[in-house]
Amino acid sequence: MSILVDKNTKLIGQGITGREGLFHAERMFAYGTNLVAGVTPGKGGEWILDGKVPVFDSVKLAKEATDANATIIFVPSRFAADAMFEAADAGIELIITITEGIPVQDMMRVRNYLDQKKVRLVGPNCPGLLTPGEAKVGIIPGDIAIPGDVGVVSRSGTLTYEVLYALKELGMGVSTCVGIGGDPINGTNFIDALRLFEEDPQTKKVVLIGEIGGTDEEKAAEFISKYLSKPVAGFIAGQTAPPGKRMGHAGAIVEGGTGLAADKIKALKAAGVRVAKHPEEIPLLLR
Amino acid sequence: MKLHEYQSKLIFAEYGVPIPKGSVAATASEAKQIAEELGGRVVVKSQVLVGGRGKAGGIRLAKSPAEAEELATQILSMEIKGLPVRKVLIDEAADIQHEIYLGITNDRAARRPVMMASSEGGVDIEEVARVTPEKIIRAHIDPLLGLQGYQARDIAAGIDLPRELWRSFGKIAEGLWQAYKQSDATLAEINPLVITHDNKLVAVDGKMVLDDSALFRHPELADKRDLDIEASAEIEARKYGLSFIKLDGDIGCMVNGAGLAMTSMDVIKFFGGEPANFLDIGGGANAEKVAAAFRIILSDPNIKAILINIFGGITRGDEVARGILAAMEEVKPDVPMVVRLVGTNAEEGRKLLADAKMITADTLADAAQKAVAAAKGETK
Repeated sequence: MSILVDKNTKLIGQGITGREGLFHAERMFAYGTNLVAGVTPGKGGEWILDGKVPVFDSVKLAKEATDANATIIFVPSRFAADAMFEAADAGIELIITITEGIPVQDMMRVRNYLDQKKVRLVGPNCPGLLTPGEAKVGIIPGDIAIPGDVGVVSRSGTLTYEVLYALKELGMGVSTCVGIGGDPINGTNFIDALRLFEEDPQTKKVVLIGEIGGTDEEKAAEFISKYLSKPVAGFIAGQTAPPGKRMGHAGAIVEGGTGLAADKIKALKAAGVRVAKHPEEIPLLLR
Repeated sequence: MKLHEYQSKLIFAEYGVPIPKGSVAATASEAKQIAEELGGRVVVKSQVLVGGRGKAGGIRLAKSPAEAEELATQILSMEIKGLPVRKVLIDEAADIQHEIYLGITNDRAARRPVMMASSEGGVDIEEVARVTPEKIIRAHIDPLLGLQGYQARDIAAGIDLPRELWRSFGKIAEGLWQAYKQSDATLAEINPLVITHDNKLVAVDGKMVLDDSALFRHPELADKRDLDIEASAEIEARKYGLSFIKLDGDIGCMVNGAGLAMTSMDVIKFFGGEPANFLDIGGGANAEKVAAAFRIILSDPNIKAILINIFGGITRGDEVARGILAAMEEVKPDVPMVVRLVGTNAEEGRKLLADAKMITADTLADAAQKAVAAAKGETK
């Protein structure tokens, strides 16, 4: 077991014929992910990955031909909202959007539409999902995690790799790693992922990696104290970040006194989360 | 990206929001000429992208064109919170009966825009929110449907606006929403929205913040960026696709990924050092990008050491190392450098760097401690 993606996930890729998308499509495929098709308007009929994966002109056509249930989106930011609307309208149940820099108002429209359609979104501006040994849906390097019982949820990319790597160094494996992304408006949030981890029998422990900006970590803390039976270790990035500055991620900003790392750490600690002083400490807190 | 008051108000006016007659001036004589054309009393307003202009003496009332000229001379020579005043807005003075607040911003938690209004205008709205939160009326806007007429009426009633003004308030609310939506703003604010003695509504002050990610849709607005509010290193960094923020410490940081870059700063602090900057070099670490990052970090004279933390992942460690070495060849930094490389081929990468006499580290904690020691002139 795992959450969101596994070996049965039938994945299509929107925008995987471009340089970046193709690079990651090759790695997902080599990992064993069930990548069944690509979608690029105007390139229908072509084949990629040495003729193993067909390309379609639309998500609808790809879905009809392959019965795919998930999509990974690499299309450029200005076309990303359209790609997500298209996937939702074609009946795809799970959308993972890697693209960074999507306009905030586009994301508000997308999120409100997907909620009405009951379609799950992971991202945007995220590294995607990794269920070690089963499916790599995104850009997380496959070799830095081994299968196991730790569920990981994070707003960051390379910081998450850092934690996965530290877990692996100590022989600790991962059930699923979920990158929820660094944008202010995203799909799946901490609470959604925590709920799935709580229900997943394979997951015995959880790692939560947050950062400054917004109040999602505080809400997660409240959820943890009420509903989570599994131990949680956490880390919050941005303790030294100055207020009013966007720290790389569109969502990582302290505004009007909210979004401070200190408040998040305090809330998590109050909920019984073991908060690490630096990321390499996380595996030790899970022992 | 922030817009100046005069720019924001001109956008509001395009969407039917009434603004005072006025024009912007870069010199005192232009200011005088504008005041003459307007006739009567005018307000001379500094155009700088900080709050508290009034308190700093950057907004003054002039009774005559000669006084407008004199005040413009004074204000144009001012610096407000470190920013030079390069332009003044000369507006017809409003005949104020009452001041209200009207604004739209993104509510992250609700994932929707929210329109906010208060009968207490002309003051800092965050202060109102803290002291008398019941005086702020809110309406969330469905991003797929837009602002509805009843929402504007509810707000008008909520702030006790006289009924005869509801219609014109509704038009202003809709205009502000359209300005916000069509410009991809993250904030559009009228503070104050003035009720004049002859019962008209006028947007006396305006403020807009635009979504940087959406500027591709608005090239005409992107050109309005005021570079005065950004450190020159931050402007330089943007040219190379680097995300850089200057801080006050002495340990320069070069990291891939925003979360890891923040964490590297935090860990430096945890081990007793002070980070000098946030710098995310993004995916890949080719020589050109690394060289630009070095130059930007080293433009700060306080730098005593540099910490490079690259989690290669898919990028190959030996390639990153070669990028760093090529960049060093070009920039020749003269401060100690601590490098931590993890990921594919990191071993080879570390060897290349160690051969070049750089301090290497295996873990982030180790790297941070070595950087802190190096900055203090200790060798570890």
